[in-house]
Amino acid sequence: MKNVFARPDSLKDVQTHFCPGCHHGSVHRLVAEALDEHDLRSRTIGVASVGCSVFLYGYFDVDVIESPHGRAPAVATGAKRARPDRIVFTYQGDGDLAAIGTSEIIHAANRGEDITVIFVNNTTYGMTGGQMAPTTLPGQKTSTSPYGRDTSKDGAPFRMAELLSHLDGVAYSARVAVNSPRNVLQAKKIISTAFRYQVEKKGFAFIEVLASCPTNWGMKPLEANQRVADEMIPYFPLGVYRNTANL
Amino acid sequence: MAALEAGCRYYFGYPITPQSDIPEYLSRELPRLGGEFIQAESEIGAINMLLGASATGVRAMTSSSGPGISLKQEGISYMAGSELPGVIVDIMRAGPGLGGIDASQADYFQATRGGGHGGYRIIVLAPSSVQEMYDLTMLAFDLSDIYRMPAMVLADSVIGQMKESFTCNPRPKVALPDKPWAVRGRAEGEPQNIVKSLYLGDGEMEAFHWKMHARYQELADNECRWEETDTDDAELVVTAFGSTARIAMTAVAMARSEGIKAGLLRPVTLFPFPKKAYAALSERCKCFLDVELSTGQMIDDVRLSVARDTEVHFYGRPPGAGSLPTPEELLLQIKKHYRTCA
Repeated sequence: MKNVFARPDSLKDVQTHFCPGCHHGSVHRLVAEALDEHDLRSRTIGVASVGCSVFLYGYFDVDVIESPHGRAPAVATGAKRARPDRIVFTYQGDGDLAAIGTSEIIHAANRGEDITVIFVNNTTYGMTGGQMAPTTLPGQKTSTSPYGRDTSKDGAPFRMAELLSHLDGVAYSARVAVNSPRNVLQAKKIISTAFRYQVEKKGFAFIEVLASCPTNWGMKPLEANQRVADEMIPYFPLGVYRNTANL
Repeated sequence: MAALEAGCRYYFGYPITPQSDIPEYLSRELPRLGGEFIQAESEIGAINMLLGASATGVRAMTSSSGPGISLKQEGISYMAGSELPGVIVDIMRAGPGLGGIDASQADYFQATRGGGHGGYRIIVLAPSSVQEMYDLTMLAFDLSDIYRMPAMVLADSVIGQMKESFTCNPRPKVALPDKPWAVRGRAEGEPQNIVKSLYLGDGEMEAFHWKMHARYQELADNECRWEETDTDDAELVVTAFGSTARIAMTAVAMARSEGIKAGLLRPVTLFPFPKKAYAALSERCKCFLDVELSTGQMIDDVRLSVARDTEVHFYGRPPGAGSLPTPEELLLQIKKHYRTCA
């Protein structure tokens, strides 16, 4: 019998704490598949951030440093500079990366640190209970924007993949989604490319992944999945925004 | 120079007076030695780069002054919670707020009480000469590695900007522990290493605190360092650290030349605080005179260390332009208290 589908070696055989319908599990799997594909598991250092993604070390079978909130790109910078032959990636949510950690992400990108950043954008603070995030969509109701995000007071959502694509230090910046088989396959290809670029020492790679958070959105998993297509992708278009291989 | 001799090849920092000589020197030297120098985007960026580098098992450092050290407290707390070594040089300046760039010892509490959230301590070494800046920086790397906690070299702008001759002592030969905990990539057959400070399991956090408490005790038992001058028959013991101790040393010599039985106790480690030295001296002498460039911070530790009824007098000059006391000024203080307690 031929085994056509198995758990990637880079993921542990454990249950996750993620809610039903949450996309973190899919994103974890795609990152693990990329590590397996390039045979990187034994020389990878993951940097976990604060939020639902903090338990990275419980699911990935790689060495992990847990970082203070928003500081993962600085922690990864220190690790990569000290161990340039290792593969270093951060895995951060939108509150972590695009609010409290804006300074760290922009400067790590601008320095062209040879790291891979996986940015999971679900338009809310998941772990703390669904507060307004820097990526919360206009009009979106959250526990701290009960009347909906008012862009005249709260500003407009950050489009991080586009923003970072303007920096010279960035080798690769893209946005993907995992809400459909087609998007998952595309995301797999792009995440794999991001890690390959680090192997080839091409510089900073940034992958924004649009993800669902059914619990904090107050939706069933399928409804949440549909919201990614109906509301998120129109505001956050998928695509590769910078690729130094094409310059 | 001491950091390089100690094998440190990674520096992450942000410019702030009065410590910018350190990044300027290392930005020139580290690339020549195959090391890495990063002028970080912020103090927060710098301390987290130190966290990341230390987590991989290398010797690394940062440096700053008051306002910058405040910003670094988050990272220092995470390093303490993750049991990570790492050296932080703090050249104190006047505060609070932007304060000024004059000599200050008003960050004694910030340094010795941990400074950040959660309840932790770090090793704090207080040099009082350029020679000690050199020697104690090397010691900071060793102690930090041995006890797996951040170590701070705490000086003020007088010591930080001082020019005087010193000897480039070779790195002391100390048995250093391996770092099997370091995050270097999980090779086949090796266990997964995780550097973290999140403890959610039942009793985990409490156990961590008691473990660190025991380690702080071990540090106090083994690593207290201090210097005594003319204390054998001293009736009044002046106590001060850093640049203030240099001035006090001159004042004590002046007092001795006038027949006053004065001595000096200078703590070199502020954490661990050399409590036993104070306790022993307080059995012999009649009173202490604590001198600080603040309204009194170390005096709390002095009072907690001396025998119960020992008088501890205080002379403080809060930080700011022109607040550095002269030896003559301290001599007057010595005479004033010597008369009443001797």
